[in-house]
Amino acid sequence: MPLSQQTGHASPHPHANCGHDHSHGHGRDAPAVEDALISARDLWLRRGGRDIIAGVDLDVRSGEIVTLIGPNGAGKTTLVRLVLGIEKPDSGRIVRPASTRIGYVPQRFEVDAAIPMTVQGFLALGGSASTKEIGSALEEVGVRRLERQQLSKLSGGETQRVLIARALLRQPNLLILDEPASGVDFAGEAELYELVEKLRDERHLGILLVSHDLHVVMAKSDRVICLNGHVCCSGEPEHVSQHTEYARIFGAQGAAALSVYRHHHDHAHDLAGEPKPLSDADTHGRGS
Amino acid sequence: MSWPEPFVLRAFLAAVGLAVIAAPLGCIVVWRRMSYVGETLAQAGLLGVALGLASKIDLTLSVVIAAVAAVGVLTLLGRQRIVPLDSALGLTHHATLALGIVAIALAQGPGIDLMSYLFGDVFAVTSTDLIWVYVGGAVVLAAVFYLWEPLVRLSLHEDLATAEGVDPRLPRAAFDLLLAIVIAVAMKIVGVLLVMAFLVVPAVAARPLSGTPVRMAILAAIIAVISTIFGLWLSLSSDLPGGPSIVIAMCTVASISLLAGSRRQG
Repeated sequence: MPLSQQTGHASPHPHANCGHDHSHGHGRDAPAVEDALISARDLWLRRGGRDIIAGVDLDVRSGEIVTLIGPNGAGKTTLVRLVLGIEKPDSGRIVRPASTRIGYVPQRFEVDAAIPMTVQGFLALGGSASTKEIGSALEEVGVRRLERQQLSKLSGGETQRVLIARALLRQPNLLILDEPASGVDFAGEAELYELVEKLRDERHLGILLVSHDLHVVMAKSDRVICLNGHVCCSGEPEHVSQHTEYARIFGAQGAAALSVYRHHHDHAHDLAGEPKPLSDADTHGRGS
Repeated sequence: MSWPEPFVLRAFLAAVGLAVIAAPLGCIVVWRRMSYVGETLAQAGLLGVALGLASKIDLTLSVVIAAVAAVGVLTLLGRQRIVPLDSALGLTHHATLALGIVAIALAQGPGIDLMSYLFGDVFAVTSTDLIWVYVGGAVVLAAVFYLWEPLVRLSLHEDLATAEGVDPRLPRAAFDLLLAIVIAVAMKIVGVLLVMAFLVVPAVAARPLSGTPVRMAILAAIIAVISTIFGLWLSLSSDLPGGPSIVIAMCTVASISLLAGSRRQG
């Protein structure tokens, strides 16, 4: 554990805890939120001389959709890996109550065609689910018809739904989805996020989502965490979108995402503090 | 043909036993894209032979030791990010072969029959070798059976399996060890240059005909046994080298299976 890192988090980033109530509560040693399904405090991870994750706090409660956004290389997937326990942080702590059961839907699940595996076989693998339970999990995500298909033959959207079904068979109360819409066409993307919202509503799941799609983020999330190594800002979608660092990272496109959202939903607001797109704004836009 | 000579019987028993042991392991090698890793381990076997000759320990044991050491080197090289893994394997693959040939020459002078280590001699199998195949093989099969589910899950998606609670370290290390044992046992029969064919080729042949992992492993074993019997028969009747004849039979089946499979997929 390099000492420099300790001095690193003695001075919180100036942009941390930007103007929203949710994030104000988290001091450097803030206690874990009581009803959280998972609470991470002051996570640090250093790789190759670079802080991949720098002093990140994260909470997800039942029934809320928390979305991680940020440019490529911002550490979104790494943060998910820390939360899942696949990687260990250099410092910081993650509180996961014994009652928390996590269902995980990984990014880019491309099954090697060399592995023969039916959807049903995959859902049964390593678990105790009966054929009936597998069928109803597939039903719930709308792909019952794929039960006997080979996993390697599925489209991107179908694969994601099968993965969600596998996650649901573990009876989770926290669902973690890493870029569920990557490799999914535009129409399928919207349907996929509707499914995620439906699962939240019907099963009262907490959902931690990594997403590039700002439109969806703004429309569906209860809270957004904008990550760029450190937490640039976090809070409700409207608050985050007005933050200067958000504007710098996502530029005009980010502002547009919100205006579309607002237009659809309340027709009333104008964007306060129109962000000034920098020259590199486009290169940081959506794209994976 | 009259009642087979004992050496012929031993050859059949050893090769068929090896075919059954190697098949499920070979499937996992294919799924984990480890055929080139296996080649390197097999060639490290030559270093193991040299080690065994120099220190007068059992050759099978010394080959296992050398192959496990090669796993360690590969693990270290796998961590570097300067060249891709297949290039690093290109390095180790040739390094083990060259070092092995030099080490054998040093260990016992140039008079020793290098060819028998490179290509094996299935008709020179002894009763001790047979014990290695059947006792070692039973242990390997039991271990593969025990580790099957975590290995399949890790082959599918390592992060998903880990997030679901599979600790990847034990199955991975155990698998490397099993691979080393099978290579050591197989070396006398088919030699270091053709060992991996016993693992990879039947698995490739079985893939187009299989819808589940278990079916692929069982089919690979059946294909391997049939090819082995046919290859040995060919070898005996036409006076051809044993190991290579078996491998030719396996490769023929695999090629037909792959071509037919890809045509059907169209």
